[in-house]
Amino acid sequence: MSHQNSLIQTLQDLETEALSAIRAAADGEMLEALRVSFLGRKEGRISGILRGLGELSVDERPPVGAEANRVKEVLQEALRAREAEVISSGGQADEAVAGAEDLTLPARHSWKGGVHPVNRVIDDIWSIFRSMGFVRARGPEADTEWYNFLALNTPLDHPAADEQDTLYLKDSLLLRSHTSPVQVRTMEKHEPPIRILAPGMVYRRDSYDATHTPAFAQIEGLVVDEGITFIDFKATLAEFARRFWGSGTRVRFRPSFFPFTEPSAEVDVKRMITMKDGTRVESDWIEIMGAGMVDPNVLDNVGYDSERYTGFAFGMGPARIAMLKYGVPDLRIFFQNDVRFLSQFTAGSAQ
Amino acid sequence: MNISYDWLKSLAPGLSESPDELAERLALLGAPVEEITPVAAGLEDLIIGRVKVVRGHPNADRLSLCEVDNGEEVVQVVCGAPVIEEGGFYPFAPVGVTLPGGLQLKRAKIRGEYSNGMLCSEKELGLGRDASGIMLLSGDVSAGQSLIEVLGLDDVRMDVEVTPNRGDWLSHVGIAREVAPGGVAGVALAPVPGASPLDLEVKSGEREVSHGDVTIRIDEPKQCYRFLGVIIRGVKVEPSPQWMAARLRAVGQQTINNVVDATNFVMLEMGSPMHAYDLGKLEGSSLIVRKASKGETMQTLDGLEHNFDSEMLLICDTAVPHDIAGIMGGMHSSVTSDTTDLLLECALFEPKSIRRTRRALGISTDAGYRFERGVDPEGHLPAVKRALEVILATAGGEVDGPILDVLPRPWEASALKLRPARVEQVLGVRFDDAELRALLTPLGFTVENGGGSKGGGKAKASDDLSVMVPGFRSYDVTREIDLIEEVTRAHGYDRFPEDLAAARPTTVEDDPVFQLEDRLRTVLSGEGLFEATNPAFAPKHEGQVELSNPISMEENRLRSSLIPGLVRNVEYNFARGARDVRLFELGTVFHAADAGEPPREDLHVAFVITGRREPEHWSGSGEAVDFSDVKGLVETVLAESGWEGAAVTVPADVGSAVENSEDDSAADPAEDLARGLLVPPTALALLAGDGTPTGVAGQVRSERIDAPAWAGEVWAMELTLPAEPVAMTTPAYRPLSPFPGVDRDLALLVPYDVATSAVSDAISDAGGELLERVTVFDLYQGDGVEEGHRSLAFRLQLQAWDRTLTDKEVDRVVGKIVKRLREGLGVEQRL
Repeated sequence: MSHQNSLIQTLQDLETEALSAIRAAADGEMLEALRVSFLGRKEGRISGILRGLGELSVDERPPVGAEANRVKEVLQEALRAREAEVISSGGQADEAVAGAEDLTLPARHSWKGGVHPVNRVIDDIWSIFRSMGFVRARGPEADTEWYNFLALNTPLDHPAADEQDTLYLKDSLLLRSHTSPVQVRTMEKHEPPIRILAPGMVYRRDSYDATHTPAFAQIEGLVVDEGITFIDFKATLAEFARRFWGSGTRVRFRPSFFPFTEPSAEVDVKRMITMKDGTRVESDWIEIMGAGMVDPNVLDNVGYDSERYTGFAFGMGPARIAMLKYGVPDLRIFFQNDVRFLSQFTAGSAQ
Repeated sequence: MNISYDWLKSLAPGLSESPDELAERLALLGAPVEEITPVAAGLEDLIIGRVKVVRGHPNADRLSLCEVDNGEEVVQVVCGAPVIEEGGFYPFAPVGVTLPGGLQLKRAKIRGEYSNGMLCSEKELGLGRDASGIMLLSGDVSAGQSLIEVLGLDDVRMDVEVTPNRGDWLSHVGIAREVAPGGVAGVALAPVPGASPLDLEVKSGEREVSHGDVTIRIDEPKQCYRFLGVIIRGVKVEPSPQWMAARLRAVGQQTINNVVDATNFVMLEMGSPMHAYDLGKLEGSSLIVRKASKGETMQTLDGLEHNFDSEMLLICDTAVPHDIAGIMGGMHSSVTSDTTDLLLECALFEPKSIRRTRRALGISTDAGYRFERGVDPEGHLPAVKRALEVILATAGGEVDGPILDVLPRPWEASALKLRPARVEQVLGVRFDDAELRALLTPLGFTVENGGGSKGGGKAKASDDLSVMVPGFRSYDVTREIDLIEEVTRAHGYDRFPEDLAAARPTTVEDDPVFQLEDRLRTVLSGEGLFEATNPAFAPKHEGQVELSNPISMEENRLRSSLIPGLVRNVEYNFARGARDVRLFELGTVFHAADAGEPPREDLHVAFVITGRREPEHWSGSGEAVDFSDVKGLVETVLAESGWEGAAVTVPADVGSAVENSEDDSAADPAEDLARGLLVPPTALALLAGDGTPTGVAGQVRSERIDAPAWAGEVWAMELTLPAEPVAMTTPAYRPLSPFPGVDRDLALLVPYDVATSAVSDAISDAGGELLERVTVFDLYQGDGVEEGHRSLAFRLQLQAWDRTLTDKEVDRVVGKIVKRLREGLGVEQRL
């Protein structure tokens, strides 16, 4: 093939390619891009071909030029026509042309992840206390007997120390059996007012079963200031419980015993459950936290004046709350990390 | 603590609530009831059967054929009991009855003979542990009577949860004091059936008291505060009468004989443990409270042999021990059917000493449980008198001499000051004198005016109250705050208002590490990963910090890395058919520290990913995640990691950085562990801004993960997070150029030993300030590319702030870049 014919062939190929691209173009923007790409004066591909005319003899040039002009006109006409179509269809590609025959085909998504259900519960609890002026504090998971027991008014030889059978390391060091050591450490470092929430892992010498795991999350709370009373204690925790468990929730405070609080209380809730048929029924009383007014000995142990300051403290188990809230029957499921389970708690799902 | 509803009512005659109502009230007093069960649950259809005739079974040596009168007719019953008395009355389960164990009785042929029901043992009825034979019933009974009626089991058992501070609640009297109308004043002991009044003298001594040849003595007054003894002679030891057996059965207590049962009865009723010795077995007729000599041994009632250390308190005769003080009696002097003379002990021990011994020996008993929590120091004489009434009424015999009372130091009630102003400061509610008195008196406290003489209160001392604490509360009520709790409890927690008041802002700042965790959770779950949580326990090779009392020897350490746990999670998911597993974890790891120092704790973030790059979609190719995905995710994490200027390095970038740190095993053993799991050529080192290694990433070695054949490559990363994260940088505005930029593409022939990052760096450096951005947009190797090289395409974006760049300027910059690449790196432009 002569160079002349090869140029004409190239122009015709270009015409075919351009026409099909113009038909597929979905909007004005794409059409404009095509116009620049094929017909543009500087960068356009037809102009590029015409630059090659220089290599032809003077006789050979006119047919190529004529063919180029014909292709230009065809393309300009095609662009105009397609532009009109696109405008009349409101800028939308029509189905057949765009090639998406079935709009019911599933959409394209990225992977969805999610925060662990127990940590979601911690986040929910935190957001309620944050709005009541609390901040978060943390402390070590391996600690001393002083912080875990003695500073919290718990003698090592008291049966109360038995209740939370402790995992020990060497040298009388231990894994904290509750998050309460954070109370002591925070008060040692800061002056009142104290309003802290301390989520974290705690450890006990329990074997795995449906309602026990040797490691689990706990959330501690502590408020200390002048003028904090049993009324503030009840009001704050009842407010939390109603916000967390929903309107209509009843809250009950029962006497209990913890070495580091006095008076001590268990907090129970009775929540409203919506049944399948839409009726609302009350649950049984459910124990959700242990709490109480901070024992004066604890305040004395951190160098606070217990005649001047009073306060309250509370602790709860977010995994048990997650069991109740999400209907998970066995605590061990939270440690299996089965993706089928975890995907039930994706980023967008309701709290 | 099991409480019999009937027994409780016998002590608090005014009590009229139903068991359910009582349970509700107990919960609000601090003693929640965990379970309420009818004592005779499942025994409703059992009756009394009288065995008229016993014959051998024709086809079985060990079985008997009994003719049993069920009150209406005589039926044949096959029975396997070794002893069956003709004319004896036994619990009889007729055909059709289901026993408490779930066995449903049918008319059955046993070795060719019909059996129309079953004669039952205690164990089969759930009434006790005795399975050795069928339960012979004594007393005034007749065939056909209801078994529940005969045994007095028409009662309800309430399982009361007693907090460790309330040792006084470990008895029926203790609970009655809380719930009886009028409180303490409304409690009275019911008369013992068949008892006659006792008028006994008490003979006291500081260390030792004797009567006749019997002596009791305390050698350790610091651990034994009081020791009472009574001699009873001529008892007849036999099974307990029905009324006492019924009480004990109602609370699940095994019946043994009338004497032992009497001591248990009194302990369960009044809270004072006691022990009866066979006086004839005591060498020198003495009981001495002393410490054990090291290596001394004794066999306890349960048949176990115990070895004592020199801190343990024993009760001994002049030769050998007969009782682990406050915990369990010895076999040798235990009361048996041959016993005629008793020495009854009722003592008071130091709680700590009991607890120590009990824990060291690993024994748990009702007595030890009560002594640890504190037994009423005023309760001994009444308890001994009650026990004597019961023993004399059920076993006969006579008291020999006075009650012997060794009392080194008499107990004195303490007076506590109670300031109404302090009550108000803590509770937020004002209670006046009369109200406080009305709340505390029913609980057994004696309230008087004018407690302000001692200590703190300066003004208004006359407002203060002085409160005497009764013995049964002397363990848990020792301070003013303890009285305030009693005021709160007696008033009712639910009666305090719940007004939410404004609070002053705290001096503490929200911990920045929590904020860092929040950001990482958001970012990683946004990247499509699920958060996993694993307990921190690890097998030996995955941690340095050892537990001294681990739950299992397989996991006796604390993890020093998160990746092994996450890899196990991936295996778990693979085993359930999941191909796409994307998990991250934020958790604490532990490293060994110097002796006596707590282990070093670091917060780590780690992830594992395997499977497809994107969820399966009809338009997609389903490509698997690869190194580039992982590196991108790692860079995303690093940007949020709280490390200043953290970066990823690969061997090609930094030469031997990774190799070096791999050799330096002391630097961070956790990192070594994690890295040991990774395939070396893909391993990334994560560095903090100052170049400190902070983590690793890469592909998990296939031999380190149990993966099915279909599973894809597994990638992992782990990063130590800073204890003090740097604050998020505030974005700074840069003006945008109003002049158009120019793109130039550069195809380069890059030798294998030249890293892309080196090429990028060289381009940026040579490009100067006109070069806005460099992007790698294509990589090609293979046909058409020179051996030992790859073709890399870079897009250069150039722009000036103050003018439109001319072609000439752009050419000059590109020329400079090409020259630098050729001369500096041996990289040629591909034309």
